[in-house]
Amino acid sequence: MRNVFIIAKRELAAYFGTGLAYVFAVIFVALTGAFAFFIGNFFGREQADLLSFFQYHTWLYLLLVPAVAMRLWAEERKAGTIELLMTLPVTTGEAIIGKFLAAWAFIGFALVLTFPMWITVNYLGEPDNGVILTSYIGSFLMAGAFLAIGSCISALTKNQVIAFIVASTICFLLVMSGTDLVLNFFRSWAPQIIVDAVASLSFLTHFNEIMRGVISLASVFFYISLIAFFLFANAIVVDQRKAA
Amino acid sequence: MTVLVEADRLRKTFGQIVAVDDISLKVEKGEVLGFLGPNGAGKSTTMKMLTGFLEPDSGMARICGHNVSESPKAAKTQIGYLPEGAPAYGEMTAGAFLRFIAEIRGFDGHQKTTRVASAVERTGLEKVVDQPIDTLSKGFKRRVGLAQAILHDPPVLIMDEPTDGLDPNQKHHVRSLIAEMARDKAIIVSTHILEEVEAVCTRAVVIDRGRIVADGTAEDLQRRMPYHNAVALKVGAATADAVTSALGSIAGVASVERMKEDGGLIQLRALPKAGALIAPDVAALLAERGLSVSELYVERGRLDDVFRKITSEEAARRHA
Repeated sequence: MRNVFIIAKRELAAYFGTGLAYVFAVIFVALTGAFAFFIGNFFGREQADLLSFFQYHTWLYLLLVPAVAMRLWAEERKAGTIELLMTLPVTTGEAIIGKFLAAWAFIGFALVLTFPMWITVNYLGEPDNGVILTSYIGSFLMAGAFLAIGSCISALTKNQVIAFIVASTICFLLVMSGTDLVLNFFRSWAPQIIVDAVASLSFLTHFNEIMRGVISLASVFFYISLIAFFLFANAIVVDQRKAA
Repeated sequence: MTVLVEADRLRKTFGQIVAVDDISLKVEKGEVLGFLGPNGAGKSTTMKMLTGFLEPDSGMARICGHNVSESPKAAKTQIGYLPEGAPAYGEMTAGAFLRFIAEIRGFDGHQKTTRVASAVERTGLEKVVDQPIDTLSKGFKRRVGLAQAILHDPPVLIMDEPTDGLDPNQKHHVRSLIAEMARDKAIIVSTHILEEVEAVCTRAVVIDRGRIVADGTAEDLQRRMPYHNAVALKVGAATADAVTSALGSIAGVASVERMKEDGGLIQLRALPKAGALIAPDVAALLAERGLSVSELYVERGRLDDVFRKITSEEAARRHA
């Protein structure tokens, strides 16, 4: 646990040390705001809620989260620091969780910085703050799932660009897995049960549910198990491929 | 003596390539082992297995009695490791990086501060502690790597080419640092620079194509050289024949070679039988016969030559 914390602390310091933190936070806050107001038609809807704001998080995360995740392991491998890190008295699990938590906390920090949206909607009307809170939690969980996928992919390559594109694509397919785009591919040959299983992987379905203010155990479990699965895969990848 | 590092029949393959093939060795406390070999011989791979970065295909590595595969954490706490190229987190300052290492090594508060300060002092990093590592020169980067490796004062120190790319002053500094620490540690240094072995190592292991082809002190290795203890002379052209026959009459001399002429001087080389010390006899005889020589020295057998000889013999043997 101590090592997880030390590694996470170092990672977080690196985000702020390299300026990545500021660029990411500014772009994230600006884009979520812009999407909510211009595309989501925040004012035009005349509703005291943040649906128009949260609605676009999935799409933003698709681009921004793999951008944070791509450096997690690819950079270590490129710079050779993975050899340093893995010969220190830390386990692979501690290193993976430490790095993941740092990146997740960092995205959480960016998410917190969108609080003016919350103030705005509370100033203008009387929204259901419970729904807003669950939406924030859902958004954070979704970011964590994207991040775990990105972290796992990042361990497969030394090249950050490849890590970014592959992770984005996988996340995109998972987001779209409830739609015909993905389901038609399976319908032609797979039995219904597999089609249903693929459909249930949809980020959108789970997130839409949470945005309505329902934190169902199934959705929380979905995100948490996705994170656990990909971090576990991440550990295997790091152990197998660290020398390559 | 206590054996601190033990490799038992380590083997590692990457696909078709056998990088390390059945390497066994022991390093005791107080020993500085020079790990020699051409590029790609398997030095780094062996070190990576000793430090627990790579899992061997078969065989076992033990550090201070801890099996590296079975209890990696216990083994890793006993090792200070400088990987090849001294990788470090470039965006961190040297000081922040060393504090991170100290924390991971389990030091807190006051202990952390003193450990970092002492590592900084021993490696001469005082002037650059607040600079990002990316902005440091190669020599300083290497020293940051060294500081990181010695910070917890480990009983086992493994360094992959610690002086590679350093200028002569920096090399000297690193070597004296190694010599200073040698007494109570087991140290493994890989290098392809042979002078380094002569300068700091108590023992040298030559590896080639993943196998150990020689193991002994630098002196032992030199003894394998045909010209070891040979006496080289420079004499005037007029006396050359007389000197040659005089040398031939000495009991310990196996043969006399006539090498090259150089401005009226002829260079001769008397080869001893089986490493015998012939220099005193040669000097005495020449004085007795009143033959004058303009130069006389004993050849040590250069490690470079031994190295080339061993590694090329090995290659020839394998082709046969």
